Amino acid sequence: MKIVQHSFKFLVLAVLMFLPSSISAFNAGGDGGQVSGKQQVEEYIVHHLKDSHDFNLFSYTDDSGERKHFGVALPVILWSSEGLVTFMSSEFHHDDNGQVIVEKDGLKFTKIHSKIYELEKGATAVSFDADHHATNGTKVLDFSITKSVVGILLIGLLMLFWFSRLAKQYKKKQIPTGFGRILEPLVLYVRDEIARPNIGEKHYRRFTGYLLTVFFFIWILNMAGLTPLGFNVTGQLAVTACLAIFTLIIYTISGNKDYWMHILWMPGVPIFVKPILAVIELVGAFIIKPFSLLVRLFANISAGHIVLMSLIAIMFTLKESLGVVGATSLSFVLSFFLLLIELLVAFLQAYIFTMLSALFIGMAVAEHDHEHDHDHEISSDVEDVRGDFI
Amino acid sequence: METLLNDFSPGLFVVSTILLLALIALMVKFAWKPILTSLHEREEGIQSALDAAEKAKREMANLQADNQRLLQEARLERESMLKEARELKSKMIADAEAEAKTQANKMIAQAQEAITSEKKAAMAELKSHVAGLSIEIAEKVVRNELSNKDKQLELVESMLAEATLN
Repeated sequence: MKIVQHSFKFLVLAVLMFLPSSISAFNAGGDGGQVSGKQQVEEYIVHHLKDSHDFNLFSYTDDSGERKHFGVALPVILWSSEGLVTFMSSEFHHDDNGQVIVEKDGLKFTKIHSKIYELEKGATAVSFDADHHATNGTKVLDFSITKSVVGILLIGLLMLFWFSRLAKQYKKKQIPTGFGRILEPLVLYVRDEIARPNIGEKHYRRFTGYLLTVFFFIWILNMAGLTPLGFNVTGQLAVTACLAIFTLIIYTISGNKDYWMHILWMPGVPIFVKPILAVIELVGAFIIKPFSLLVRLFANISAGHIVLMSLIAIMFTLKESLGVVGATSLSFVLSFFLLLIELLVAFLQAYIFTMLSALFIGMAVAEHDHEHDHDHEISSDVEDVRGDFI
Repeated sequence: METLLNDFSPGLFVVSTILLLALIALMVKFAWKPILTSLHEREEGIQSALDAAEKAKREMANLQADNQRLLQEARLERESMLKEARELKSKMIADAEAEAKTQANKMIAQAQEAITSEKKAAMAELKSHVAGLSIEIAEKVVRNELSNKDKQLELVESMLAEATLN
């Protein structure tokens, strides 16, 4: 009965192309890892939002009550107190709560909430304080090929495959055929609607490659996050931070004299205001701009995943009050519509990230021919656009 | 904030930075550069083709205007030629008429002159003929008259009488 129930749930998820690596794959519960209560649903969602060290597709409990996991173990690469340590994630046996301790090269490692800790010498088990923080272990630098890294690699290879094929098509014919016919207008869209108007006719060519990569990377990964594979790459702070810092580096390096002039010694204002403005502009350029990029993407995608998973969880949480059929259909309908919205959000966030990157780069390379009228125009445009998005 | 910082994985940050850098470099080299170059070339090709078509159209229009102008000119020329011919014709007719008239007048005058001189000649001839005739008649009459002496004396007498009277 349980199998039937669980495979039914999985089927529903798979058919819907929905998120999670499988609702029943949750291991933190310890006994069987099934999700039924509100508490477990919450824990499961929190767990999903984090990166995972193995690529779990689904799990189920067989007749003998044993938990079976279906998925791929990924390599764990750690920089510990004594150098590089590698082993497969399967050695944790799907434990995420500090129960299993892996010994490698005389060092003991355990995984708590997707973070790997190195235990102190001599410790045999993890001891927790009141807030469930490990007291006798330290976090290690974790360069593992996690699920997010696998996602980045897969999508990267896919992009390379698609677009290099499109590039090859142009050698033989003027107009691409097949899938290239879908990709070409997207490339043109990014070039003509994002890069060209925001950066300007003179400089846009230099940055189009970066903007195109970022746009397709974010968009495809956002959409991959909506499939049952359960990627949450663009919901990882580390990834969005990395993207935002790239944009920061690009517009800082390519900023021209005017740009730095306007940051450090704003022309056209009284002299005693200049240092104050310089501080504000510096904070704006180096903290606010990248943060607005990284937090917006991270928060939108995380929020989408949380809401979508919560709606799927209606299946379990309202099972008693609505019955199996009622709860499942309610969950189906609600999450279906949310999925449609999330598809839009996936595109929108990729667009906004690329658009704002282009805008910031455009501000850095803009040439002020007419000194101040022009400058005002640009900054008011920027304010308009930012007002629209924030 | 603390949870966010706790969730931030420095390892993932490093790995994704490396992967993204590689991805951007590879995409730029193998995809975006050739794609954007080909798109640019294609757009330029389209633009130049459009320009050429526009130019051809303009040339066509020019040609048509030229033709129109030539046609117009030809028409005007024909008209002026016709007009000239017409004028020439009427002038020729008028000239011929005038000449004919003067010729006729001249001929009439000549004829009149000829008639007058003929008439005079005829008159003169007639006169001389009449005079001859009269003289002949007078001779015959005189001969007849003077055939006897008496009559001759009588005549002389009468004539002398007339002469003395004078």
